[in-house]
Amino acid sequence: MNTIRLSINGQVVEVEKGSTILDAAKKANIHIPTLCYLPEVQAIGACRVCLVEIEGIGNLQAACVHPAIEGMKVHTNTEKVRKARRFSVEMILSNHPMECLTCARNLNCELQKVAQELGVNEIRFAGEKSKGIIDESSPSIRRDNNKCILCRRCVTVCEAIQSVSALSLQGRGFETQVMPAFENGLGEVACTNCGQCSLVCPVGAITEKDDTQAVWDALSDPTKFVIIQDAPAVRAALGEEFGYPPGTLVTGKMLAAARKLGFDRVFDTNFAADLTIIEEGSELLKRVKEGGKLPLITSCSPGWIKFIEHFYPELLPHLSTCKSPHQMLGALCKTYFAKKEGINPKDMVVVSVMPCTAKKFECTRPEMTDSGYKDVDYVLTTREFAKMIKEAGIDFRNLEDGTYDNPMGEYTGAATIFGATGGVMEAALRTAYELATGKTLEDIDFVQVRGLNGIKEATIPVEGIGDVKVAVAHGLGNARKLMERIKSGEAGYHFIEIMACPGGCVGGGGQPIPVDARIRTLRAQALYSEDKSLKYRKSHENPSIKKIYEEFLKEPLGEKSHKLLHTKYTPRNRY
Amino acid sequence: MTSEHPCQCAQVSEEELYPRLEEMIEQHKGKPTELIMALHKAQNLFGYLPKKAQEIISERLNVPISTVCGVISFYSFFSTVPKGRHSIKVCLGTACYVRGGQQTLEKVEKELNTKVGGTTDDRRFSVDVVRCIGACGLAPAMLVDNDVYGRVKSTKIMEILNKYE
Repeated sequence: MNTIRLSINGQVVEVEKGSTILDAAKKANIHIPTLCYLPEVQAIGACRVCLVEIEGIGNLQAACVHPAIEGMKVHTNTEKVRKARRFSVEMILSNHPMECLTCARNLNCELQKVAQELGVNEIRFAGEKSKGIIDESSPSIRRDNNKCILCRRCVTVCEAIQSVSALSLQGRGFETQVMPAFENGLGEVACTNCGQCSLVCPVGAITEKDDTQAVWDALSDPTKFVIIQDAPAVRAALGEEFGYPPGTLVTGKMLAAARKLGFDRVFDTNFAADLTIIEEGSELLKRVKEGGKLPLITSCSPGWIKFIEHFYPELLPHLSTCKSPHQMLGALCKTYFAKKEGINPKDMVVVSVMPCTAKKFECTRPEMTDSGYKDVDYVLTTREFAKMIKEAGIDFRNLEDGTYDNPMGEYTGAATIFGATGGVMEAALRTAYELATGKTLEDIDFVQVRGLNGIKEATIPVEGIGDVKVAVAHGLGNARKLMERIKSGEAGYHFIEIMACPGGCVGGGGQPIPVDARIRTLRAQALYSEDKSLKYRKSHENPSIKKIYEEFLKEPLGEKSHKLLHTKYTPRNRY
Repeated sequence: MTSEHPCQCAQVSEEELYPRLEEMIEQHKGKPTELIMALHKAQNLFGYLPKKAQEIISERLNVPISTVCGVISFYSFFSTVPKGRHSIKVCLGTACYVRGGQQTLEKVEKELNTKVGGTTDDRRFSVDVVRCIGACGLAPAMLVDNDVYGRVKSTKIMEILNKYE
């Protein structure tokens, strides 16, 4: 027998061997509050909020770690349990700053929620509070350790999922703080800015660096021509901030909201995603034909870029030289579009709405100024964009669907799937196949590279070239495994796609909170369904892309492309 | 001044000790669970844990540097501050505390212009606190290197410390 029967509150539950009491309770639809527990990532029983009573065991036990045992009788709703859970939360609150009204996580805070659920209605313990640092050294992430409840979720996600380990617990007892090594700030260490820590933080201790005010200032300045662009994954998640279920595609409302906010032009990063495919696809074919460095590795994910710069600088020549799509679009706004419209690029402000915190850092890189100006001025996360829509009093749910502007708005299905793991690979294969063979690709759904498996591999026969071996990894821990395979020489890949965040951009560090495997899957499905619904599904068929090559860029990997759309990388050390 | 000093640690520069560190931690290579052992060896070698030694241990044992720092900052035995030529340990066990150990400590801190866990600028003394050295009958007690001083009065402290160069 591989199942166990136990009773919870008198209700008999049957669960698989190896389940915890918390798993069993979930199966029985009995709610047990949690705080430090995070499915798929961490179960350590540290916060003592999930305490339950087990008959025959004197002390209360943490449901998230205690195994379910045959015949066990568990009680989740006794006076002893209620009191103990409330006490645990009161102890956490006794060392919490209570700035809830002005906190970025107000109304979306797990501590707030659990305190309310448990009926904490007074602060019984008022004493000395530990003093935490406020870390503003990173252009992507802000940390306020005064709000930290030491649940360690950020530490675990950074180490176990991302294999970066920028954060760890430092010090002991009352003085314990989550910090990088040597009390440095995140901006000073080997942090990839992926922002997964900000996604899993139950409170407001880790948030993105807020750039909304700078964008408001640009919008209120009559001398500025302000352009907005939205990444593919934003349209699959933004709705969640306005009460839509995960996986609701809100492309039309997103574009309409951008226009209502007062942006002068609403472009789409998807256009630049198509452009990326043309450039990167051409780069792949060139390297295959001319014996260049293989495997070629994608470069759209700035968290991944910073990771390889820190941890595998020797593999940098494998990276595609393509900038990430929004940086390409920024550079084109301030050159191609500025000239076309007769606008001085000096007066232009380009704002990117991204599912990503790492792009905040990316847009400050000194090499991202090929237009002669900062190619992208500000990056907002999906969360910040939602906040601006709310601040502006826009009734998002009742917006009429809007459209993007030309000449850099039109996009194909290949571009929209960029937001999910495997999407860039699939889009590239659709185009590279046709560029290489000159034949029409009939079955364009490369399902082998879709889904949430950590590392996906496929072999695609391409006439004239032979078998093309590809691999896809999402989450930096999986990326590390692939890099080790490249270093050991065991894998003969031609092309690799890497996205820093689990699930790809749909699970990006700047996306609405919470995110879990189910939500990542639903968001990805939304993108694949948009792909299916579009007239053009291959990047090279995008009429606006054809036009920009005719009018401006001339040819893929040409002189203009080289100057504006490609970049170089910086080896960095680990300490 | 350091060159004239008899203590061996001052004769050998810190840089010269790194090859020895590499030898000492060779057996722990690629073994993250042996971090504490490696740190102990390094601390015995340098007298404290310099940043560079922490980085080498992180690299060789394959433990993230944030974890190395976390472990060092958790255990009070480890120090990231260079130790002085002489170590002062003021006892704050119950008996010593009751009989004025705290005042002894404050006097030491004031006279040497450093704090618990710190080292004087001239690297002459490091000041630490211990909890009971088994000399309760002599409370308040203080250790300088391996010498025990009992019934330490704050007026006597400089007299004691002046014996150590």
